[in-house]
Amino acid sequence: MTMFINFLYAAITSGTPLMFGTLGEIITEKAGNLNLGVEGMMAIGAIAGFYVGYTTNSVILAVIASFVAGIFAALIYAFLTVTLKANQNVTGLTLTIFGIGLSNFLGDYIRTAAGETTLQLSTEFTAKLATYKIPLLGDIPYIGHLFFDHNPFVYFGVILCIIAGIYVKYTRAGLNMRAVGENPAAADAAGININFVKYFNILLGGGICGIGGAYISLVLCGGVWTQSCVDGLGWIAVALVIFANWNPFACILGSFVFGAFRVLKFYVPKEVISIPDAIFDMLPFLITAIVLVITSIRKSKERSQPAGCGVNYFREER
Amino acid sequence: MNSVRTKNHEPFIRVVKKPEMPTSKAVILRIASFVLAIAVGGLFILAIGHNPFEVYKEMVMGCFRSKIALQGTVKIIVPLLITSLGVTLAYKMKFWNIGAEGQMLMGGIFASYFALFQNDMPHWALLIVSFLAGCIGGAIWGIIPAFFKVKFGTNETLFTLMLNYIALYIIDFLRHETWRDPGARGFPKIASFASNARIGAVFDLQGGWVVALIMVVAVFVLLKYTKFGYEISVVGESQSTARYAGMSVKKVVILTMALSGAICGSAGMIKAMGSDYTLTLGLADGVGFTAIIVAWLGQLNPFIILLITIFFSIIEKGSGVIQSTFNISVFTSDVLQGIILFFIIASEFFTRYSFAFKKGGKSK
Repeated sequence: MTMFINFLYAAITSGTPLMFGTLGEIITEKAGNLNLGVEGMMAIGAIAGFYVGYTTNSVILAVIASFVAGIFAALIYAFLTVTLKANQNVTGLTLTIFGIGLSNFLGDYIRTAAGETTLQLSTEFTAKLATYKIPLLGDIPYIGHLFFDHNPFVYFGVILCIIAGIYVKYTRAGLNMRAVGENPAAADAAGININFVKYFNILLGGGICGIGGAYISLVLCGGVWTQSCVDGLGWIAVALVIFANWNPFACILGSFVFGAFRVLKFYVPKEVISIPDAIFDMLPFLITAIVLVITSIRKSKERSQPAGCGVNYFREER
Repeated sequence: MNSVRTKNHEPFIRVVKKPEMPTSKAVILRIASFVLAIAVGGLFILAIGHNPFEVYKEMVMGCFRSKIALQGTVKIIVPLLITSLGVTLAYKMKFWNIGAEGQMLMGGIFASYFALFQNDMPHWALLIVSFLAGCIGGAIWGIIPAFFKVKFGTNETLFTLMLNYIALYIIDFLRHETWRDPGARGFPKIASFASNARIGAVFDLQGGWVVALIMVVAVFVLLKYTKFGYEISVVGESQSTARYAGMSVKKVVILTMALSGAICGSAGMIKAMGSDYTLTLGLADGVGFTAIIVAWLGQLNPFIILLITIFFSIIEKGSGVIQSTFNISVFTSDVLQGIILFFIIASEFFTRYSFAFKKGGKSK
């Protein structure tokens, strides 16, 4: 039982960066833009969060820095695809290459400037990212430890997903956003300012991806700056959007499920089932591929990308 | 909400479509944006405390100054060029294939089987068989998403992305288990290929360049002068038109993706047997993604793609050189590539649209 609880606990911890990345991409796609730059935005958020955490020892400032950095990265994408109507796939891919490069470059640069061989966060800082047990709830046997005894990012991520879910589903602004994502021409005719809605949501989504990057560099990497630390998590997040069915609430569970796939190999006893690690690592991608195919076979309208996603909108061409 | 406009006033700036630009003007615009991008890249170099002219000069020189340097540059050019040509076919058809990474890896895996275990046949026979195997591996990875696309409308962008990782972990599996080199003292790796399974040099450069140049011409001819090439572009422009004209859209999509995947797969074979001499997780190493950008920047024209590939390879190789000369981070190349790309992507806008400013006093 303890082993199983430990497994679920690890799933939550390792699924959290995916939660931010996926949520950011859901918001972006809901507004009709497929941003393949998640990996890059997370990388930029990772270095920004790390650097500010490293110099100021403040978790809040580090998170804000990663959020702003994510917005900055998304701004490049938004300007090119919304204002200049550039191809979304190409722009997103470029943002990924640029973001990873910039992140690694800055990591090198800061390290050399500081004259250190490795960049290490202070123990004072990492102590702030220890787990916080929520009073009362945290004392419930098993469940208390599993759900109410985490580092602050986990709580923050879940709360953010819930707020985003309410925003997307139940607010006027969220409705406008969905209208833009599904049918921009109709939304335009209804008087919605398409460019504003797109910019706002792409930037918001980028900022959230940036926070996911900060979680990777500050928590997952154990306080040491690691080059290319995002390492494919951004791409998993893009895939997870499908799995979560473009629903911020489902994003919470989806991230933990994918987190579970990521740590499964450490918890399956080798004596019972002997499957090579590589197969475990492949699982999240294989399952997403299968989900993609199944949903397309069922052709369900509920489970599909916003209809206007990936296509730029130009009023004169509608 | 503030996003709903109540008054109907004319915006200060709006975007208007303009008639198609003459080619010469478009070329000038692109070159101008290119120069601007290099200038901004120069500012970036200046900002990190180096002389941009010296750094740029060193980058170019570092790629061509010696035989060894040139050999290294060609090894970067060949797989990127071939993969770019492969994705060109898919993009001509507007099939948003971002699975070139995976197609390269599968090509590498299929070819490596022969390089590792069937390497006692004559050298040329082995190379040809491995090349074909690489093509088949890549083609399979291209046909899978194409099949689901035409059959069920499965989103190809996300599906091909997943296939990249599946291919990557197949290699991971092979290096840990089935193909593990027992001679590596427990380190999980695949053995180096025997010399019989290595692509030799032609004029002192890795032989892959001959294949790559042949492919440039072949893809150009295919797209421009054959019926199949014409069908690809018709399907890309409008599937309804293609259907009305009596083409089998499904057949064209699957065949094109098979060919596109096969070309990318051959790039994987050439990289494994011509540069790495083994099969590693780093076989594709982002080339499949860069290739998409190269193909797109090259306007899907094989000859322009050749030029863009050379340019990108200079940046890639050159950044290794400037790292040793100026002690600049090797990741500078990615940043420079990004900056240049953003500029060229932006310039694309001005070939199709322009900004119109509000005329003074016209609106209230």
